[in-house]
Amino acid sequence: MSILVIAEHDNGSLKDETLNTVTAAVQIGGNVDLLIAGENCNAVAEQAAKISGVNRVLVADHAVYAHQLAENISLLVSELAVDYSHVLAPATTNGKNFMPRVAATLDVSQISEITAVVSADTFKRPIYAGNAIATVQSTDKVKVITVRATGFDAAVCDGSATIESLDKATDAGLSSFVKEELAQSDRPGLTSAKVIISGGRGMGNSSNFSLLEQVADKLGAAVGASRAAVDAGYAPNDMQVGQTGKIVAPDLYIAVGISGAIQHLAGMKDSKVIVAINKDEEAPIFQVADFGLVDDLFDAVPELANSL
Amino acid sequence: MQREAMEFDVVIVGAGPAGLSAACRLMQQAQVNDQELMVCVVEKGSEVGAHILSGAVFEPRALNELFPDWEEQGLALGEKVSADEIYLFKDEQKATKIPNCMVPSTMHNEGNYVISLGNLTRWLAEKAESLGVEIFPGFAAAEILYREDGAVKGIATGDMGVDENGQPKDSYMPGMELHAKYTLFAEGCRGHLGKELISRFNLDSDSDPQHYGLGIKELWDIDPAKHKPGLVIHGAGWPLGKNAAGGSFLYHAENNQVVLGLITDLSYENPYLSPFDEMQRMKHQSVFKQYLDGGKRVSYGARAIAKGGFNSLPKMSFAGGLLIGCDAGTLNFAKIKGSHTAMKSGMIAADTLIGVLASGDAGGQDLTQFAEDFKCSWLNEELQCSRNFGPAMHKFGMVFGGVFNYLDQNCFKGKLPFTLHDLKPDFAQLKPASECHKIVYPKPDGVFSFDKLSSVFLSNTHHAEDQPCHLKLQDATIPLAHNLVLFDEPAQRFCPAGVYEIVEDEQHNKAFQINSQNCVHCKTCDIKDPSQNITWVTPEGAGGPNYPNM
Amino acid sequence: MKVLVAVKRVIDYNIKVRVKSDQSGVDLANVKMAMNPFCEIAVEEAVRLKEKGVADEVIVVSIGPKVAQEQIRTAMALGADRGILVETDEPLESLAIAKLLTKVVEVEQPGLVILGKQSIDADNNQTGQMLGALAGMSQGTFASEINVSENSVEVTREIDGGLQTLSLNLPAIITTDLRLNEPRYASLPNIMKAKRKPLDVKTPADFGVNVISGLKTLLVESPQERSAGVLVGSVSELVEKLKNEAKVI
Repeated sequence: MSILVIAEHDNGSLKDETLNTVTAAVQIGGNVDLLIAGENCNAVAEQAAKISGVNRVLVADHAVYAHQLAENISLLVSELAVDYSHVLAPATTNGKNFMPRVAATLDVSQISEITAVVSADTFKRPIYAGNAIATVQSTDKVKVITVRATGFDAAVCDGSATIESLDKATDAGLSSFVKEELAQSDRPGLTSAKVIISGGRGMGNSSNFSLLEQVADKLGAAVGASRAAVDAGYAPNDMQVGQTGKIVAPDLYIAVGISGAIQHLAGMKDSKVIVAINKDEEAPIFQVADFGLVDDLFDAVPELANSL
Repeated sequence: MQREAMEFDVVIVGAGPAGLSAACRLMQQAQVNDQELMVCVVEKGSEVGAHILSGAVFEPRALNELFPDWEEQGLALGEKVSADEIYLFKDEQKATKIPNCMVPSTMHNEGNYVISLGNLTRWLAEKAESLGVEIFPGFAAAEILYREDGAVKGIATGDMGVDENGQPKDSYMPGMELHAKYTLFAEGCRGHLGKELISRFNLDSDSDPQHYGLGIKELWDIDPAKHKPGLVIHGAGWPLGKNAAGGSFLYHAENNQVVLGLITDLSYENPYLSPFDEMQRMKHQSVFKQYLDGGKRVSYGARAIAKGGFNSLPKMSFAGGLLIGCDAGTLNFAKIKGSHTAMKSGMIAADTLIGVLASGDAGGQDLTQFAEDFKCSWLNEELQCSRNFGPAMHKFGMVFGGVFNYLDQNCFKGKLPFTLHDLKPDFAQLKPASECHKIVYPKPDGVFSFDKLSSVFLSNTHHAEDQPCHLKLQDATIPLAHNLVLFDEPAQRFCPAGVYEIVEDEQHNKAFQINSQNCVHCKTCDIKDPSQNITWVTPEGAGGPNYPNM
Repeated sequence: MKVLVAVKRVIDYNIKVRVKSDQSGVDLANVKMAMNPFCEIAVEEAVRLKEKGVADEVIVVSIGPKVAQEQIRTAMALGADRGILVETDEPLESLAIAKLLTKVVEVEQPGLVILGKQSIDADNNQTGQMLGALAGMSQGTFASEINVSENSVEVTREIDGGLQTLSLNLPAIITTDLRLNEPRYASLPNIMKAKRKPLDVKTPADFGVNVISGLKTLLVESPQERSAGVLVGSVSELVEKLKNEAKVI
């Protein structure tokens, strides 16, 4: 078996999701090659060569790949794919964009957003917004897969793969890049943040949310709120995490003064690590928290901000 | 923006058993008479059945009349009742099974079915649509329209896309006026338009006050080895005991599921009582627990029940319309059944209407003929015979009331030459908190019993964000200034969905918070608030619970 | 220009899904079904294009069981002109759906095809892109804004970390993200009118498409419930554990 992993990068640096995807590939087993398609992306290739588990780094460096246009990347990947048993990409907006085109071109199904590898042809993936987990088996000749990063640990970077450049460039001629506006805000949006700190009714009033912002600034975190805090007028509705708000799954979720009603848990239970700070030790939030701190949030949160 | 109007012969408010039976019967009769008829049904639930919640042990009498061939037409009604068990519970452990011969005859269920009323209404809606009825789920009848002469002209559906301050949002769509020769109100118990009609037309001037219960129900998947299809269990006594009248039930339905619940009579006096917590602890009774052990809760819901019966039945006709089903109060509490009676009331309404419309009536009349047709029906006889059941329970208590009802129903067949009355409305029954003992409920164990919010979660309740609160306070100061002081604000406890809360800020200032998005449309607040200060109105259409098999 | 919109019948987004006890799937018996929310946004966008005079006909297509006609009628109540149902009781994978849609595209020759970015049941996020590849069309996925001009369409896409704008040659595929628009409500008169709009029913066999999939769902389970972790005694202990044990800060 041999596996092709498509790297996520911005031509300047490799994105972390690539490391988790390599881990998924290693779990499937076999030779792992990494494809970097971009423009002036040598630095990325250098970085990628260090990922352990990667055999070869293939670099397609050309203007047609500069902006990861799905029409162009998918032609390249489907051409390469015939030599592999599996093609994997991170389930980023980029991976989700071009991979189904690869699958359709190869006349195979795609297995989206796997969170576990059961065997070389069987995988687990969440369906119904994570409310059910399906185990799916593929009999296709090439398995086209996107990988949810939070399902796999990041591969370590102490390897030394060979770098080979590919002399390939196809422009489908269907689309062109106009512009890109990356969010400049210091604080990430709730749905894309890796760390979220949320406040509940225990915050007492809206000005106390500034305590959370101090922690958020230190961690590069987004600030969220529970429905109860929003209803009490402590926070605007677009900060709401939960059944009727945003569904989030960051690496770290810190719930402050949130009791943990099921309606809130529905919006954050897929977070990798959950921390609860609440003075009521019976609060249901402690039933789902990896780390709980029974303390007055007005003492604990400033102390947390100071110790980061 | 001006509202548009549409004209129909008959507009029906509510796609429940009464409204849909009326619709089906109207079209059936119209076909027989070769009569052109435009009938429409509006339903506030997101789909037909979404807001339907009932036990339910179903007596098929009315259905047999409406669709004699329902079985051939593909209706799988449910499980035929295979056995009846009635218990008197003393506590969590002790239960006395009442011998069958000692049970009032109205409580026998041979020939009945354990059904999901929601699924029956879904079937009735299909039938109605195939007969040519226009059914509009997701549209709430928000307002009654009147003609100049005061007769009901129809209804208006609520505006959609209005923000919490009443301002139109981008998605704003004004309501529609639905005009009809006659409008049938079939909103179910304590319909908010029905309430307006009863007061505007003084429909209850000759009847006793309506009495209510709050039914809280759950659906469970149980261990198939413990499942006894068609077994019907009723219980009295613990946990309500002396605190309230009412009773518990557990029915073995299809597909290894049981439905269970508790009806708490809303005439209770102690403001500390919490029907929700009573229901949660009821499941720890060994008779129920034996079936639930190893099972999983699937769904939750609650709905008020109009149980005053014959004595509380208002005048059901008024200029331009009729009040049918539980909106009027046709439930037979002696049987704890309201579906067949609601259906029958809708069918009688249809029969009255079809004759009137065939004669070229322009609408807007007070159809006094309906009362005559009603009186000649088995429905009237059935309700009249059960008239003393509820008042006897209130007057004599559960044991002596029970004995009375046994004699009344089994020996005298409801024909005793006197009538018991129950004249105090339920909201006026509450005693000041200072005169009552505080009830301490056990913490939910997360296995058999649960908290309110995780329960509401299973009702699939949803209301569009940013809309006006649909629970209106006539006087916003009453909850804190009066209800909290005198009754420890009972809304915190009688609401089975956690809508009402007293919250405190850091400075210990109290506020009355209404979490209207949790509302399961049971109407208990409108009924039981001791100050009659809460008015339930329809939220934006399609809001509320989404019950699957309730 | 014709605009083709594909819509899917799915479990209503307000319903909590429940895995069947035999783990064969999710319990859909008597559960409220509705149009996939992203598809509703697609319908709305197409109707707005028609209202702006950009599109002259909006055709809505669904692939699924007979009852999926309800969702087509809903789309027509929202403003679509006519509907096509490719009727099948088999649950089809994205690839088969994309193949069928390719055939519909061949027949209808739309200038734009608008789809939801994903359905809230299978969460695949594949069909639009697959259709793009099979029909040889350009694609703008996760659209939050679109501007159609003579021979191209400019699409602003929601990507990780911000927004990207692409110019696509027509005909093109658009898949919708949440912020593209807020769908309108269907009005009662439009619901009644929709009942009389034309709805064509076809089968996969009519298009000669093989719908067999290389994917098999072996099992559907409830997600593992989280269990309580450890209580820490102090903020410093918490920070230490987050750094060294959980390695998330």
